[in-house]
Amino acid sequence: MNNTLAFVSVGLMAGGIFLAFLRLLVGKTGPDRAVALDTITLISTNLLVFIALFEERSMLMDVAIVYSVLSFLGVLALARYLDGGLR
Amino acid sequence: MSAPAVAGHVLMILGGMILFTSGLGVLRMPDVWNRLHAGTKATTLGSMLFLAGAGCLRPGWIPKLLLIIFFILLTNPVSGHALARAVHILREERPDNLLRDDLENRNEEDEGGGK
Repeated sequence: MNNTLAFVSVGLMAGGIFLAFLRLLVGKTGPDRAVALDTITLISTNLLVFIALFEERSMLMDVAIVYSVLSFLGVLALARYLDGGLR
Repeated sequence: MSAPAVAGHVLMILGGMILFTSGLGVLRMPDVWNRLHAGTKATTLGSMLFLAGAGCLRPGWIPKLLLIIFFILLTNPVSGHALARAVHILREERPDNLLRDDLENRNEEDEGGGK
């Protein structure tokens, strides 16, 4: 893979994580922060896949799969907490 | 570079641009509902494009990449729906130009039917 072109896409994704992290710090209400956290975890999954490509380690792909599963469960639990638990 | 490498890099840069756009939308959109659009749909499309580009660069990893794409396509709308439902139940802010609210009517019917 071409390093320059690959780092362009990684720089764009890192900028997206930075902007969403600003919303996580600033966000006035709880749901704002939950949305920002959802975005950050999804972009991080893609960054894990990129690290797996760059370091040529296929083990990191399994890490990315498990990370996406755990982030999904975390966002579901957070949404359940925000609307007041099971009713 | 060969043809699959060119396609892979183009798809990866396109996916990175869409993921950057989703982060920008999460920061800059005016209220929670618009931020949900940016944070859910744009990340789904961007992840699919980036993972497809990774599959073009490394054909041996296509099964695992397809598994990740399938899982993101399955779970991201569900988490977005759960967050939107939580925001609706919290009733913190409503848009002024909302014409009809189907979830509101359904919640009232549910409460009336339960009692």
